Amino acid sequence: MATYSTNEFKAGLKLLIDGDPYNILENEYVKPGKGQAFNRVRLRNLKTGRVLERTFKSGDTCEGADVVDTELQYLYNDGEFWHFMNPESFEQIAAGGTAMADAAQWLKGEETCIVTLWNGVPMTVQPPIFVTLQITDCEPGVRGDTVTGATKPAKVETGATVKVPLFVNQGEIIKIDTRTGEYMSRVKE
Amino acid sequence: MPDWRPSAELAVLRARARMLARLRAFFAGREVLEVETPVLCNAGVTDPHLINPVTTCLLPGDRDPRRLYLQTSPEYAMKRLLAAGSGAIYQVGKAFRGGETGRYHNPEFTLVEWYRPGLDYAGIMAETAALVAEVTGRRAPEVRLSYAEAFRRHAGIDPLRAPLPAIVERAAAAGIGVSDPGRLQRDDWLDLLLSHVVAPQLSADRPTFLTGFPASQAALARILPADPAVAARFELFIEGIEVANGFQELTDAGEQRQRFEEDNRRRTMAGLPEMPIDERLLAALEAGLPECSGVALGFDRLVMITLGLPSLRDAMAFPADLA
Repeated sequence: MATYSTNEFKAGLKLLIDGDPYNILENEYVKPGKGQAFNRVRLRNLKTGRVLERTFKSGDTCEGADVVDTELQYLYNDGEFWHFMNPESFEQIAAGGTAMADAAQWLKGEETCIVTLWNGVPMTVQPPIFVTLQITDCEPGVRGDTVTGATKPAKVETGATVKVPLFVNQGEIIKIDTRTGEYMSRVKE
Repeated sequence: MPDWRPSAELAVLRARARMLARLRAFFAGREVLEVETPVLCNAGVTDPHLINPVTTCLLPGDRDPRRLYLQTSPEYAMKRLLAAGSGAIYQVGKAFRGGETGRYHNPEFTLVEWYRPGLDYAGIMAETAALVAEVTGRRAPEVRLSYAEAFRRHAGIDPLRAPLPAIVERAAAAGIGVSDPGRLQRDDWLDLLLSHVVAPQLSADRPTFLTGFPASQAALARILPADPAVAARFELFIEGIEVANGFQELTDAGEQRQRFEEDNRRRTMAGLPEMPIDERLLAALEAGLPECSGVALGFDRLVMITLGLPSLRDAMAFPADLA
């Protein structure tokens, strides 16, 4: 993998630090007029999500991390792995539970996900921002109650549980924001 | 379509022009002569922390284009004018520093530089404060704080006497993770603390002069006879941003040559190319530089701060990426 000079640092560049892949969030160049220049960098650990601040002496180099975001189609789960396919090459890749994390609960099949690969291995999986899923189990709806903001739990077809307004019924299809796990609206068939 | 528009708003460029007019009026009122010196020179600077951009130019008598250095400041040429008897002089011109790009840096920038024979360190600081007040219209009284006191107050260490491990520990305590700490020298660590810890805590509403930089960071300033650990060098910070650097100038040609040679030794140790020494400057010092003080002030930064702009590119028409 290539190495990068501090002069090439910019937001979005992926670096390998202490064996982990990081994404540069911010890169600030600081230099006293007559003194040593530094690059003050904020980075996100792509494995743990933790944010780190690191200062590099300007002119130093850092190894790059082979991290790429790919759009892959989710196929199925075999009980242990979640299988994805590249829609252009038809190449298949399997992601484990750690990489799937919360994404697994929103997927039923054929969704296009952003799979972040590190050295070709899935590291994180982002589901589509919005998914539409059918409610398989919830208390019966209460007619007319559209303003109080009261909610009840509802189980959707992928097994996830979402808080929905009281008027929503079992069997209905709802739109969910996967970033927050919140109910957005009912979807008419 | 290529991005052709300026990065600064036209209203900013108009305000900038008014500030420049006030600056010229300030110097005219004090009978400081405006001069111009070459941007392309045979020699650059030996300072290990500065990169002279290089160009080639066909000069009279030469078969091939000659390698010339774009100046990081007009200091050497202006000192030759002083040695020739010019009296007080100032210049508004472009200076060039390779690799310096960021929120507060652009590789090509506008430097205001002036020299005052007969003015000492305290006198040139007072004049700098008056100039800034005149150009910016901000009349807040300035703060004068020694480099050592600023470190004691804002970083809890004595920068002149603390042992290196204590300085390194202080950086770690401030949460500064350094990628390759073994390669930093003592002055590098002080620069790190200055830019990461001390400068951000300097007064936000009053211009602050940091005075008495360590002798190891003297550059072209004289060492104070009263305290050989300290140089007659100051920097002006406004809102925590370095705006100007001033010296009571070193006039001793022999000591100046030693500092240039020492710079080149540090360059070699750091794996940097040695730089040719400006023999014309040394010859001028040999002939006699009058006792004087001088200041270099980043005009783009002053515009940025005065107008409350977030970055240098908002204060200049075309930064490097749009040039």
